[in-house]
Amino acid sequence: MSRKLILAAATAAVVSVGGALVASADPVDEELVIDGEIPMVIRTKAPEGHPFDEVLSGWLFRTPETRSLEEDTFTNPGMLYVERGEEIWNTVEGEAGKSCASCHGDAAETMAGVAAAYPKWDADAERPINVELQIDKCRENNMKAEPYKFDAPEQRALTTFLKHQSLGKPVQVDLSQGDMQSWWDQGKEVYYTRTGQLNLSCASCHEENNGKYIRADHLSQGNVNGFPTYRLKQGNMVLLHSRFRGCIRDTRAEFPAPFSDELMALEVYTTWRGTGLSVETPAVRQ
Amino acid sequence: MLSARLTLAAAALCAGITAAAAKDIPPGDVKIVDGKLAEAVSDTAASAADGRKFFADRKLGNCLACHANSDLSEQQFHGEVGPSMDGVGARWTPEELRAIVVNSKAVFGAQTVMPGFYSLEVGKDVAEKFQGKTILSAEQVESIVAYLATLK
Ligand code: HEC
Ligand code: HEC
Repeated sequence: MSRKLILAAATAAVVSVGGALVASADPVDEELVIDGEIPMVIRTKAPEGHPFDEVLSGWLFRTPETRSLEEDTFTNPGMLYVERGEEIWNTVEGEAGKSCASCHGDAAETMAGVAAAYPKWDADAERPINVELQIDKCRENNMKAEPYKFDAPEQRALTTFLKHQSLGKPVQVDLSQGDMQSWWDQGKEVYYTRTGQLNLSCASCHEENNGKYIRADHLSQGNVNGFPTYRLKQGNMVLLHSRFRGCIRDTRAEFPAPFSDELMALEVYTTWRGTGLSVETPAVRQ
Repeated sequence: MLSARLTLAAAALCAGITAAAAKDIPPGDVKIVDGKLAEAVSDTAASAADGRKFFADRKLGNCLACHANSDLSEQQFHGEVGPSMDGVGARWTPEELRAIVVNSKAVFGAQTVMPGFYSLEVGKDVAEKFQGKTILSAEQVESIVAYLATLK
């Protein structure tokens, strides 16, 4: 009995110094400046009602090698998709005989800062839409072209290109439009709902355990400001809804369809969680 | 059918065990009391050596994803979501360890992030191929418990 008590005390001691033991896994204390020119906000005060005091970019949780790839647009493999996206921007497609540029001109001017405000209320659809769906909307209505199939290389490239026009701009969703607030509520519910055989929620990993390793992965806060991100593991650009599906699949749950109400609500909510962080697209992750 | 039965019976006899030997307690019938599970969930002989493998195996326990363990220093990546397993066999009795592995929520509370490995209290939308199934079999649980008990 006394042996047990001593051991229990020892356990408590280990737990109480746990913070110190995992100190090596804390996010780094560094600045991110792209090409030595564009300073990025990678730590900022959390918006009111957020569970944290400070929100942190996933960049701070990555290895020095991965971090440095993103610091320089010349070494960032995601920049190839930005270039490809620019080609698509200028390519005529569809029965209307138009390209994106036919209506919007030079994206560097007309699209600067635009994507930082997505997802955004769409009065026609009566739901929030993200950049991917905005592209489809223009293709269907203005270009008379087919919407992209989910995860088509063109969808990834053009979304990356558009988000990149907001590089360094703070993420800011407008919850006062339409029913955005109720989508935020719904997204919050998804975020805290435990799924799958492993019975884990987004919060289990990204809220309760960020800063810790789960096997080889250093858990971040799961912020979305870098999407689409270039993932070294996949050697490809990854759309946000693919990332959501991957995380949900890891709990051994069925995953909702991309752009479904559930995942769109989750996008609204997780984007809000990263309010004020700079758009990093194309971020580089492991 | 009949011949298969006979073969099985014969196999059981050869192995010197009765047909009842391979009986598991179904996950729904497990009773954890005061953080302890006195009765083994499987009466197949537990193997600590197998338990050590199941602990690290990503498709089975994948316990290493969350728990560091010096005894498995040959494995590269140890997680830190849960406490280190060093000395865990001295901190807890086998009955307590069994309860933790079977259904950690019955020991630590509903909020713990540790999954229940022999429990059907699971999350929403379980993928079809895992529905109605536990993460580990009763026998695997017992082997892991036997292994944890060696970590003194
Ligand atoms: C079992 C643990 C686990 C769960 C549950 C989980 N994730 Fe993740 N998630 C990870 C890991 C590991 C990574 C890769 C490391 C990192 O960036 O945090 C990751 C990465 C991410 C990223 C990329 C972050 C970046 O900077 O590029 C986002 C976004 C994300 N998760 C969102 C979610 C959401 C939303 C949910 C719930 C639907 C969720 N995750 C559930 C483990 C998990
Ligand atoms: C997703 C994370 C996760 C996984 C996977 C996991 N655990 Fe845990 N485990 C925890 C956490 C967190 C705790 C601490 C209990 C708490 O506070 O909720 C814990 C506690 C324990 C304890 C008590 C430790 C102590 O010293 O107090 C044991 C024993 C244990 N786990 C064994 C296992 C075994 C065996 C497996 C695999 C079959 C496993 N765990 C898988 C997260 C996990």
